[in-house]
Amino acid sequence: MSNFLRLLARNKLALGGLIVMGIVIFFALITPLLPLADPNVTNTADRFQPVFSEGALLGTDHLGRDLLSRLMWGTRLSLAVGFAAAIIAATIGAAIGIIAGYYGGRTDNIIMRGVDMLMAFPYILLALAIVAALGPGLLNALIAVAAVNIPFFARNIRGITVGIANKEFVDAARLAGKSDASIILSEVLPNVIPVIVIAMSTTIGWMILETAGLSFLGLGSQPPVADLGSMLGEARSALITNPHTSIVPGMMILIIVMAINLLGDGVRDALDPRLKSGALSRPMPATRVDRKGPIPEAEGDDLLALRGLETQFHVKDRVYKAVGGVDLNVRPGECLGLIGESGSGKSVTALSVMGLVASPPGVITGGAVYFEGEDLVGAPYSKLRRMRGKRVAYIFQDPLATLHPLYTIGDQLIEAVSCHRPIGKSEGRAHAVELLRQVRIPNAEKRVDSYPHELSGGMRQRVGIAMALANDPEVIIADEPTTALDVTVQAQVLTLLDDLRREKGLAILFITHDFGVVAQLCDRVAVMYAGRIVEQGPTDAILNAPAHPYTSKLMACVPELGEGRRRLEAIPGLPPVVDKLPDGCAFADRCHVATDACRRGEIPLDPLSDKRRVRCIHPVSDPATEAAQ
Amino acid sequence: MTEALRLTGLSKTFEVGKRLFGPPRARVRAVQPVDLTVQEGETLGIVGESGCGKSTLARMLVGLLPPSKGTIEINGAALDNADPAEFGKKIQYVFQDPISSLNPRKTIRQIMEAPLINLHNMPAAKRRERISEIFDAVNLREEFLDRYPHEFSGGQAQRIGIARALAANARILILDEPVSALDVSVQAQVLNLLADLKAEFGLTYLFISHDLAVVEAVSDRVAVLYFGSVVEVGPAAEIFANPRHPYTKLLAESAPVVGRALKAPEGRATELPDPLNPPEGCAFRARCPRAQDICAVDVPELHEDQAKTQVACFNPND
Repeated sequence: MSNFLRLLARNKLALGGLIVMGIVIFFALITPLLPLADPNVTNTADRFQPVFSEGALLGTDHLGRDLLSRLMWGTRLSLAVGFAAAIIAATIGAAIGIIAGYYGGRTDNIIMRGVDMLMAFPYILLALAIVAALGPGLLNALIAVAAVNIPFFARNIRGITVGIANKEFVDAARLAGKSDASIILSEVLPNVIPVIVIAMSTTIGWMILETAGLSFLGLGSQPPVADLGSMLGEARSALITNPHTSIVPGMMILIIVMAINLLGDGVRDALDPRLKSGALSRPMPATRVDRKGPIPEAEGDDLLALRGLETQFHVKDRVYKAVGGVDLNVRPGECLGLIGESGSGKSVTALSVMGLVASPPGVITGGAVYFEGEDLVGAPYSKLRRMRGKRVAYIFQDPLATLHPLYTIGDQLIEAVSCHRPIGKSEGRAHAVELLRQVRIPNAEKRVDSYPHELSGGMRQRVGIAMALANDPEVIIADEPTTALDVTVQAQVLTLLDDLRREKGLAILFITHDFGVVAQLCDRVAVMYAGRIVEQGPTDAILNAPAHPYTSKLMACVPELGEGRRRLEAIPGLPPVVDKLPDGCAFADRCHVATDACRRGEIPLDPLSDKRRVRCIHPVSDPATEAAQ
Repeated sequence: MTEALRLTGLSKTFEVGKRLFGPPRARVRAVQPVDLTVQEGETLGIVGESGCGKSTLARMLVGLLPPSKGTIEINGAALDNADPAEFGKKIQYVFQDPISSLNPRKTIRQIMEAPLINLHNMPAAKRRERISEIFDAVNLREEFLDRYPHEFSGGQAQRIGIARALAANARILILDEPVSALDVSVQAQVLNLLADLKAEFGLTYLFISHDLAVVEAVSDRVAVLYFGSVVEVGPAAEIFANPRHPYTKLLAESAPVVGRALKAPEGRATELPDPLNPPEGCAFRARCPRAQDICAVDVPELHEDQAKTQVACFNPND
């Protein structure tokens, strides 16, 4: 709750709305206690007294009634009716929506078509019809306003419920023997309530306005009782001669509706889980760079070289060291595997290369990324943009999420090219077809006009690869490109990538968690744990004789086809959280050879042999360690 | 050994493009008639690629989806009504995504108590006892009970999911990709836990996965599903080492294995048949290197092939 208020307060307009609404509601509540004139006592002798006249701060109306008193009582009544209508509409609408969404099928169809029919009438006409049938009066106006708003709630809530009713926890509740009624009340409803609150907060102002509208037409509150709408209606005839009688209730309606709408927007933003995680705070076009230490020099003539790269996420007062000083390098035609579990920082490393880590909260705090000897960290956005896709291209895990659903794959391929060089329509199309052929998509001339959803997962990933190839990049960074694919399709995609890098001399940085894939595709491999490289070297050497205990344990706990039924070697415990990394080796707590020395100071990534490096003081192949075991 | 579970002619047809009145526009056969038996104390692995009907099959087995045809027998007694509460005491389900199978707005205790209250009408004191017993068995600390699901890692959440399935006191567990959402180092912990629980409580498992290596490591027997049909059943040690059905062979050869050179067993890009427009004869025919004329005409039946192995193919591998 305090968290909610803090989020709400971050939005200055919503905070203003909250304060104004608070004051209005406070005065509405204490109105009976205030020493006000009776709002309904007429005194025609004193009619149309101006504002600030004696005994009537806001003047009097056409019957000489005190406007201040009528305004206070009228606001009280209007607010009460508005809130009551909102609660009634929300309750009935949500009930209808939940039932339709939960049961689905024919129930849903019949209920929702009924709701559609209600929505087909202009709302004021419907409200008028209801009031006409029930007779004028504030209570009937309330019923009418509530009734015309039910469809809005029903549709909103039904949409949310459909999503929740298909969630696995609802299935689990069924398997636990719960009845439908019990599932609706105890599983679905608690998850729908935030949406109901959001819908209410954004419509309550509207409902107050509608009630005022009906009263203005004389269908709501009946004389002499005042509400804001009827005050306006009575003042209408004196609009020119005595404008203050209209302005006073009019201003109040304006203030209330504005304040409620601003507050409602704030409530919606604060309750929306996506906004809570900061997803809608627009990321900068390139990752923020804030390098404190010295910038490491480029070594050798690698195509792409990361030197001591550090990327952190700054969330509130916490610092998550996602990448804690990573050195990597790839040469043309080489495939480097980067292996690690989720949260090890492998994807963040890859995204940091082209400054694609979302900022906020991401910050590159150290190190350098050399592409052909030139540091890209802190390069101007225009330069990064020219290089993204042209020199360094990415392939992501889920092609359905990376392809735009509303454009054909041909259009998207052409767009990838036209970002970097102007290309004509027919030339672009020919190029797109050629790209699809390169990734072995059968019937490329026809497929170029397909939409992403018309392709299978494997085909979509081929399109993702074709898009990465569109501008003949030198480096391809592939982030788990086959994880979402079936094994038979995975084999096809891996073979394709392998062929392409040999044909075109591409350098590939291949991120995965699968040793089998690394073994088949990569020349060298780097193993990542808790944001750092723990072992690096030629694939064969590492897979045959892993030196870091983490590598060896990780390999042992992955079952491999052909080894038959057996008990797996599990690694006890969990990886450390990267905002609370321990001193020394991050793996020490899960390691079977850890000593006190492992928990102190900085353990360097030392050369083990000619081409291998390992960050461990007790590497597995070390004879002393083996003797100790 | 007695039979724990027997499926006879179990099939599921989905209606596509339902109308308010009249027949649907099309029907999709998600699961073709399937016959399978699982012995008590056995782990039967079910493998297949996405869209092969393995999850539909699993959901039918626990009563979350009424079968179109066929029967499910548990310990010889038929379960013919699709009532999850009836199923729940005998057969339980462990979900693929551990986090989304736990209601984010309930404490772990509320989640754990639901099956005890609804299936077994257990009084409060006994519930507490039973929950602490189960939590002990799955290596979870009791202080977790008053926390909410988002506070747990994937591995812990999956242990909670397993604990919930155990709480119902069912003897058969359907494990639907129970480790595919977990990291490899955690995956082994959960697989080992499942093996321990099986020995401790004498459980029977149906282990569904797309990962052949995992299935091979945990199963006694394996059934391979393709396009809604069982194409091969055999002992886990045999089935991928000596695959009889060409599809099993393709799967086994596609799996990435350390020390085996990369090659796509299928040269060209191939896709699954269109479920709205299923092919005549064997569904695998278009991708099959051993297809004959008869494969285009007749659908091969699952038949006894060698000892303990059944295969649905006219021209199996040697």
